[in-house]
Amino acid sequence: MLSHEFIRHALLAGTAIAVAAGVLGYFLVTRSQLFTADALGHVAFTGALLALCFGVDARIGLFAATIGVALLLGALEPRGRADDVVIGSAFAWVLGVGVLALSIFTTSHSTGNGSAGVSVLFGSIYGLDASAVRTAVVIAVAVVVVTLLIARPLLFASIDSAVAAARGVPVRLLGFGFLALVGAEAAEATQAVGALLLLGLLAAPAGAAVRLTTRPYRAMALSVVIAVGSVWGGVAFSYAVPKVPPSFGIIAVATAAYLLSYTTRNGRRRVESVGTR
Amino acid sequence: MFQYPFMVNAFRAGTLVAVTAGVIGWFMVLRRQTFAGHTLALIGFPGAAGATLIGVSAQLGFYAFCVTGALVIAALPVAHGNGFREETAVIGTLQAFALASGFLFVSLYHGNLNGIDALLFGSFLGITSAQVAGLAALTAASVGAIAAMARPLLFASIDRDVAAARGVPVRALSIAFLVVLGVAAAATSQITGALLVFALLVLPAATAQRVTARPALGGVLAVAIAVLVTWAGLTLGYYSDYPIGFYVTSLAFGLYVLASFTC
Repeated sequence: MLSHEFIRHALLAGTAIAVAAGVLGYFLVTRSQLFTADALGHVAFTGALLALCFGVDARIGLFAATIGVALLLGALEPRGRADDVVIGSAFAWVLGVGVLALSIFTTSHSTGNGSAGVSVLFGSIYGLDASAVRTAVVIAVAVVVVTLLIARPLLFASIDSAVAAARGVPVRLLGFGFLALVGAEAAEATQAVGALLLLGLLAAPAGAAVRLTTRPYRAMALSVVIAVGSVWGGVAFSYAVPKVPPSFGIIAVATAAYLLSYTTRNGRRRVESVGTR
Repeated sequence: MFQYPFMVNAFRAGTLVAVTAGVIGWFMVLRRQTFAGHTLALIGFPGAAGATLIGVSAQLGFYAFCVTGALVIAALPVAHGNGFREETAVIGTLQAFALASGFLFVSLYHGNLNGIDALLFGSFLGITSAQVAGLAALTAASVGAIAAMARPLLFASIDRDVAAARGVPVRALSIAFLVVLGVAAAATSQITGALLVFALLVLPAATAQRVTARPALGGVLAVAIAVLVTWAGLTLGYYSDYPIGFYVTSLAFGLYVLASFTC
């Protein structure tokens, strides 16, 4: 399977994206901000389609849209965490714009390229060329390094933002920076698993890791391992069964890992402690 | 434009969808369950795709998946302080897995991927009279269900702990509300598309809650805004080339922004 170049590209880019998704996902789950990630995924859809409409490289549209909206969502709330009604309202409209872009694109480019909308929504990890892989790796490394640099204060701000602010941690700035990182990751992951499915890569591995351990750095590492394992497992699965799209394989493995985390001793204990509270 | 039967049916269906979404959306926004609502609106997509794949009616798939999804979300540990983060992880995973399954079903079903756009974005313009009748029955049922539990649901939504102490069955209400939300999202998303349903659920209700804190007035206002933007969107869509969904969401979002800055 590794003799095919597209598989090597898919695995390399997929690994880079998964490492970043695992690290960011841990903070998203801790901060209860997965809805923001969901919104950014849909923003990525609109951004990519708008870029296609205007004939710009889809990646420029992706990054501009997701990072721009991420900063906007951060600006709407004093603590750098927007209310979910505000997020929902903004992204319902972004979806409307996406529908407009899709209709303009499909009517004006009807010849031959009708599946562009679908590949934006559900990804095309087998379609990545060498330069796309290089970009994915560079962005993933940058995202992970920056996240790890701000990990300590970000963790403090995520767990107790009021105390962190009192201790002089720049809570708001961290919220901004974190959302911008999620925006960059959303844009990058859209190419691999698609705008609609990147949420799974952010939510499931981190959700499982948080169930298995309460230690932050161990949870982060575990989340990365599960995310990378999901990408490898999903790509291998769709290689073995060609009818299965790779993005489904990736999300299916990640979901299975999350379900498994419920069966472990740690996972059960945590459910019980939540249930009796 | 009312000389065309398809436009008449579009207005009828749009009005019914708007009324349902306005009422249920008001509670959804009050309960801060926007993420759950968005997920339930999208879950119909794999339901319909899976039903088409195994050859049963798409309607059955819509309802089966949305009710199951509502029960999965309802089965979660209750959101209390940090318990909330568990909830977002489950909903996020559920949504991604549902969409991935929908994509799988569509690819297994002779690879005609154009159906995805119709399932996700819907179309107001191909609605039959029978569908309108079905939708009317559903609107009556779900608005009736919400009206029947409105008072205790309001209490439980505003102050869960006090309501529980007063003997209000908060857990049962929360499950019932999610199921109604799921059924309504399923029924409406097969006609207008999953993405537009979410817009009609969240935007009019969020606008109404910016304008007034009174429950009854807010509910009425949410319905009025939802109906108004749907009618305006249909009219604009009729006279121009661009999709109705774009007009409806833009008008509703415009009202929301206006309300946010003036009220």
